[in-house]
Amino acid sequence: MSSLTVQDVTKSFGATPVLTGIDLHVPSRSLTALLGPSGCGKTTLLRLIAGFEDPDTGRIAVGDRTVTGAGRGVPARRRGIGFVPQEGGLFPHLTVAANVGFGLPRRERRDRGRVRDLLALVGLDAALAERHPHQLSGGQQQRVALARALAPRPSLVLLDEPFSSLDAALREDTRQAVAEALRASGATAVLVTHDQAEALSMADQVAVMRGGRLVQFADPQTLYRHPLDLDIATFVGDSVVLDADVRGGRAHCALGVLPLERPGPEGAIRILLRPEQLQLGEPTGAAPTARVHSVDFYGHDARVLLDLPSGLRVTARLDGHELPADGAEVSISVTGAALAFPAGPAAEVGRRELTGPR
Amino acid sequence: MLVAALALLPLGYIVGYTVDVGWSGVRELVLRPRVGELLWNTARLVAGTVVCCVVLGLGAAWLVERSAVPARRVWHVLLVAPLAVPAFVNSYAWISLLPGLDTYGGALLVVTLSYFPFVYLPVSAAFRGLDPALEETARGLGLGSWAVFRRVQLPQLRVAVLGGSLLVSLHLLAEFGALQMLRFPTFTTAIYDQYRATFNGPGATMLAGVLVLICLLLLLAELRLRGRAAYAGSGRGAARPHRAVPLGGLTVPAVLGLTLLVALAVLVPLASLTYWMVTGSSSALPVGELVATTGTTLALAGGAAVVTTALAFPTGWLAVRARGRLATVLERCTYLGSAVPGIVVALALVTLSIRATPWLYQTVPVLVAAYTILFLPRAIVNVRSAVEQSPRLYDDVAAALGSSALDRLRRVTLPLLAPGLGAGAALVFLAVVTELTATLLLAPTGTTTLATAFWSATSGLEYGAAAPFAVLMVLLSAPATVLLSRDARRGLTT
Repeated sequence: MSSLTVQDVTKSFGATPVLTGIDLHVPSRSLTALLGPSGCGKTTLLRLIAGFEDPDTGRIAVGDRTVTGAGRGVPARRRGIGFVPQEGGLFPHLTVAANVGFGLPRRERRDRGRVRDLLALVGLDAALAERHPHQLSGGQQQRVALARALAPRPSLVLLDEPFSSLDAALREDTRQAVAEALRASGATAVLVTHDQAEALSMADQVAVMRGGRLVQFADPQTLYRHPLDLDIATFVGDSVVLDADVRGGRAHCALGVLPLERPGPEGAIRILLRPEQLQLGEPTGAAPTARVHSVDFYGHDARVLLDLPSGLRVTARLDGHELPADGAEVSISVTGAALAFPAGPAAEVGRRELTGPR
Repeated sequence: MLVAALALLPLGYIVGYTVDVGWSGVRELVLRPRVGELLWNTARLVAGTVVCCVVLGLGAAWLVERSAVPARRVWHVLLVAPLAVPAFVNSYAWISLLPGLDTYGGALLVVTLSYFPFVYLPVSAAFRGLDPALEETARGLGLGSWAVFRRVQLPQLRVAVLGGSLLVSLHLLAEFGALQMLRFPTFTTAIYDQYRATFNGPGATMLAGVLVLICLLLLLAELRLRGRAAYAGSGRGAARPHRAVPLGGLTVPAVLGLTLLVALAVLVPLASLTYWMVTGSSSALPVGELVATTGTTLALAGGAAVVTTALAFPTGWLAVRARGRLATVLERCTYLGSAVPGIVVALALVTLSIRATPWLYQTVPVLVAAYTILFLPRAIVNVRSAVEQSPRLYDDVAAALGSSALDRLRRVTLPLLAPGLGAGAALVFLAVVTELTATLLLAPTGTTTLATAFWSATSGLEYGAAAPFAVLMVLLSAPATVLLSRDARRGLTT
């Protein structure tokens, strides 16, 4: 099992730059998510790592071995990198067993025990071995695809949006099975996804991409709590973004006077809160008030849309016990501190780029 | 490149010859009453046949696909069955029973009965592909049955109907045997007669030029339609089975109509063949000759199928994998070649081989080359759709699993393409079995296929002696019919 190093990789298709100066280091035995909207270049980066395409400049190394760059290019089949495509990509003319054994040397292909072990690794019953891919559910196909990729004991496994074609219930189960199988096999893994919940819940680190650049590389908690800019913040989770004025080290905004995570310069800024930081209560004279616009009830929790007197609409996330009625007057209090970001129109442009076409 | 060049050979020959003859020569040969007469004959036959085929094909397809007519599966097979009887065998069957059929009406009847499945098949496939949700939505918007048909179904069937009509037209323009036997003169039969009488007079070639021009005009129309048809076909298939329209009191007339159609198109030829088999075999069945002829036919067909599929593979592959202007042009070239009737291909190859390579004249390679030019598109269509079924993804995945290029070809690409290649080869094989025109002109002396043996027997009005060859051809064509009735869109689009 090896680490993965990507240094200053650039790639264009014709005149269109797709990747610009990508630097990334994935430690051995970890799972890294490449997160970004469609068209941000994350799948291209994956294909460069796999060796299906060659970068224009830059270097990619698996462990100490340079696989592309500096004048050398190792073909995909000699890289020892497992690849799990979007819809599984199982060979339709082969059984599950033959699919799983595809990358094994001829002698080992006949070994039923090996196939059974691999199927068990991804949480599948050995009875499926003689089925054909079209007889499997989408989730089962994904797991077989992973077993096939893990069979030759690759140093690195790449997964290209492996769960996007599954429906919600199946996705959760499949995600767990895949994460467990990857951990058990000890493989280093890179997962491409546009689903922030998937990236946050599965990955050890998340690399956020935007317009062909890597904009933040951090563990999920850091990414959620300390995003580098407002675009990343709104992309990785629901947000409450407010204009504020810093006086005496505290932010004065529509929701009152809030402490800041980190002290910054005085003056106009924008602040970020997460909806779960907002608490609702009976209206009192002192606290800021709002009118409940609507309540989206999910069972385990709920999202409440609130109209502030200024006309601004903010979101609060509450657990599902006591919910206000539509149109009710409530008071808002904030727990925890706010994150400060510079005010200005630049953030708006960036956000469009990040959340752009889904 | 080579494949496209081969396909364009006959066209190039015609163009080159026309330039040679010069404008005054062309005017002298083309602008004369005889050509006008042929043009009129050909045009009214094509127009009449297309109209009849559309009416029959559309009506039969609606009854089988959408109405509650009993035994729909059986009707479907019976309505495709006429394709198993080559048109010239069909016309033999009719004229040997009713010698008075050598009129426009007779020709119209016989070719319509032979060709209406070309409209029926794509239209019934299109009916099946229509999303019932669209019709339900239309009903929900307050449209009646007739309005739904006119405003929702017909526009969606348009491409299939027009495509089928063009197919009928192209086949009819190339048809030789059936019309010759009915003594109905069109361009094809006139070219043949000219060729036989004067041995490659410029007259034959110029007639061929006019014929090719008509074919190319039709083909242009078809290519435009095909482009749009691809969009129509790209959606997912119908989600639910359609609800059959009850016919009520109309059931009996509907069944009677279908029965009449099938009786005329299938039973008459079969009955006629049986009759001649029984009465005509006054002498003993020439078993030795039959076996030898069948052997020759199978060998030629097998060789042509292998060569054609091998040539179709790179073209079909490039057309999908290396989409680009060049690949598209190359593919289109092979289609152009196919619009050229068999008689023209044969004529071109005869002349070229006599002039350029006399040692090849009347040899098997030239004959196989003619088959390849004629039937290449059938193979390419199949290879193409097979390549489309196996996207690059599988190649990438196999490469990531450590498989080399050769290994990938063996373990992934070929297994995935095998059914398509096989189907293409089978269609070419069966087309060659019943090919008459090019074989007549190009077969080496002493080489007889089932079709040419049948032809020489009927030319001498020995209907009884011809019957066994016809029966064998029908038997050999039957599997192709099964293939076509299963997958209507594939292989039909010559």
